[in-house]
Amino acid sequence: MIRRLSLCVTGLLVATGAGADWAINMPRGVTELSAETYDLHMMVFYWCVGIAIVVFGAMIFTLVRHRKSRGVTPAKFSHSMAAEVTWTIIPIIILLLMVVPAAETMIKIEDSREPGLTVVVTGYQWKWHYAYQGENVSYYSTLARASNEARHKGSGIDPGSVENYLLDVDNPLVVPRGTKVRLLLTSNDVVHSWWLPDLSIKKDAIPGFMNETWFQAEETGVFRGQCAELCGMDHGYMPIVVEVVEPDAFKAWMDSEREPPPADLTTSNAR
Amino acid sequence: MSTAVADAHIDEHHGPDKGIRRWLFATNHKDIGTMYLVFSLTMFFVGGTMAMVIRSELLTPGLQFVNPEFFNQMTTMHALVMIFGAIMPAFVGLANWMVPLMIGAPDMALPRMNNWSFWILPAAFTILLSTLFMPGGAPAGGWTMYPPLILQTGDAFPFLIFSIHLMGLSSIMGAINIIVTIINMRAPDMSLLKMPMFVWSWLITAYLLIAVMPVLAGAVTMLLTDQFFGTSFFLAAGGGDPVMYQHIFWFFGHPEVYIMILPAFGIVSEVIPTFARKPLFGHDSMVYALSAIAFLSFIVWAHHMFTVGMPLTGQLFFMFATMLIAVPTGVKIFNWTATMWRGAMTFETPMLFALAFLFLFSIGGFSGVMTAVVPADIQYQDSYFVVAHFHYVLVPGALFGILAAVYYWLPKWTGRMYNEKLGKLHFWLTTIFVNVTFFPMHFLGLAGMPRRIPDYATQFADFNFVASIGAFGFGLAQLLFVYVVVTCIRGRGEPATSTVWDNPKGLEWTVPSPAPYHTFETPPKIPSAQAFS
Repeated sequence: MIRRLSLCVTGLLVATGAGADWAINMPRGVTELSAETYDLHMMVFYWCVGIAIVVFGAMIFTLVRHRKSRGVTPAKFSHSMAAEVTWTIIPIIILLLMVVPAAETMIKIEDSREPGLTVVVTGYQWKWHYAYQGENVSYYSTLARASNEARHKGSGIDPGSVENYLLDVDNPLVVPRGTKVRLLLTSNDVVHSWWLPDLSIKKDAIPGFMNETWFQAEETGVFRGQCAELCGMDHGYMPIVVEVVEPDAFKAWMDSEREPPPADLTTSNAR
Repeated sequence: MSTAVADAHIDEHHGPDKGIRRWLFATNHKDIGTMYLVFSLTMFFVGGTMAMVIRSELLTPGLQFVNPEFFNQMTTMHALVMIFGAIMPAFVGLANWMVPLMIGAPDMALPRMNNWSFWILPAAFTILLSTLFMPGGAPAGGWTMYPPLILQTGDAFPFLIFSIHLMGLSSIMGAINIIVTIINMRAPDMSLLKMPMFVWSWLITAYLLIAVMPVLAGAVTMLLTDQFFGTSFFLAAGGGDPVMYQHIFWFFGHPEVYIMILPAFGIVSEVIPTFARKPLFGHDSMVYALSAIAFLSFIVWAHHMFTVGMPLTGQLFFMFATMLIAVPTGVKIFNWTATMWRGAMTFETPMLFALAFLFLFSIGGFSGVMTAVVPADIQYQDSYFVVAHFHYVLVPGALFGILAAVYYWLPKWTGRMYNEKLGKLHFWLTTIFVNVTFFPMHFLGLAGMPRRIPDYATQFADFNFVASIGAFGFGLAQLLFVYVVVTCIRGRGEPATSTVWDNPKGLEWTVPSPAPYHTFETPPKIPSAQAFS
């Protein structure tokens, strides 16, 4: 097991941020909070590795040394107050060391004040709907056609030949870089969950509830995620794609998307 | 008349009834324990077959064998069958067999209720499994049965609810029986703190069962009335609250996690001292740790729900409380290690499973601490990382505990030693494949693969392939287990002595092997050497 863990540690060191296949760690992401989350994740992981080395080390030592085949006579002791108090207190201290930085990050995560842009995200079986609040822009985002054709049983299409198989949509969510984007999440039917690992966001979209979260992407690019809460038959087929663009490009995109003032039904509903 | 009564009284000392009557009308704790264990093994293979379907479909990207609907039915049923059909009945079966033998009681306190609580189970699972053949198929909304999704279940829905009710009834009756037996029927000299750890772990587990099974029954009953009687407990459109269901469910669900692991703690605490030839380290603090875990299990439920949108204070509380559980759990791990320290260990199959439990359950514990850290858990939630985490605590945790117990007490039950070579082979195959199956799932989850999906993006292909191969190996290795057990039951193998192992402590080793149909008709005296603390 130590071997497994050490393999895993070296693997992590080698492959941090490495490419797609055999990826073994959480992405560091493109927001300040996703980086903080990643650091917390690694901090707890290293604590666990450290504890594992000590505890598993003691176990392996005793397994090697205190075996009957070496002709040892068993000791008789069956308790030690000092030892038991020690291994109650030390874990409490370690846990406090983990909890404090985690709480600091949690406070930041919950601070969704003064957003630069608000998007209402509505989950449907099985697609997402995005409505830019205060703008006449709203649309559905569904699984891209190429993936949809390949996904059925006996489709005869090799998933490997489809680019971004199951992680591509027709209309991605477009947001500007460096702007605080607030998401308001709800659902039209069952519980969904909007998960984008690179933004370190996972928030449930629940019928009758309006959940709130936010992100501020510091890099441009296309980032992919999926629905994370089982929502029925096609739960695996409602990906999430966010395209982070420069603010100017976002403005231009917004102008081209904006609908004429008398908005159609979907827009006014979603708003 | 009076002679007839007297005869009937003498007749009570006869052996078991012949044929089916022995099992159908069973009131003997050993027979009922056997039935529980056989039932559990059967369900283990039913649930295992479903796991094989899941892993076959996930072997490579694209859909090859099943449709998404059926895949979701498989994940849902796999969980329900394994939790309520395999793990829980196995522990109740072990309690039935061993608690009276370990406390010096002639039988369980309530033998007829014992019969009833077992025979409800086959009925419950017949109902549950029959839903696979109903219009709309089996339930596919996940074993957590979150509304509104679960209300989209087809004809299977009321059958699902009814079978859950039956399982709950069975568990509650079993728990009452175990508590009454332990409290009232201990040998005269056995004070509570002298009880063996397996008995202690079950006493606490039984209280947890009585506390939370009614909560589950209430939650699913509200689902039932929402579906059929026009209520809106969980329907937002009628003023209800879908998140409330999750709170109620996990108020049951988290203690349930400990219901499935505490008896395994008890088993490991029996096995390690025997093969280390040294008394259990810190017997009393082990009891306090069990109690602390049981108490904390009631105040951590919302850590399953960090993404539902809880207030910050709620998140902070549940993070702190969850982390606290690591303290008594750590005490147990350290105490087991201290039990082995300067002992004289041998490594028979039960000891091997107990040792693998120590290492691999700890890994599940580590990922448990990681999931307690809220910002990181937001990434882990509903990903394969969580799948890896709970399979590490349930398979090399709960299941390895059960396997250790079976190998440990099988000679006592059957009077035959199992084949040690085959037992060890079974151990190594199981342990290697369990890691091949579940370790890569950590990586998949961290890389972004959600759970409960029938197909996945191609970058997840490599580790899924590895996990599937491991799962097939794990499944096949269990056939070896059946062979080893059946060999003993059929009376092959070396006859076992009454102590079986090298001077083990405990009253169960003072009766012959196989244990006679009736044991401890008069309460035993506990030899001072048998004092446990």
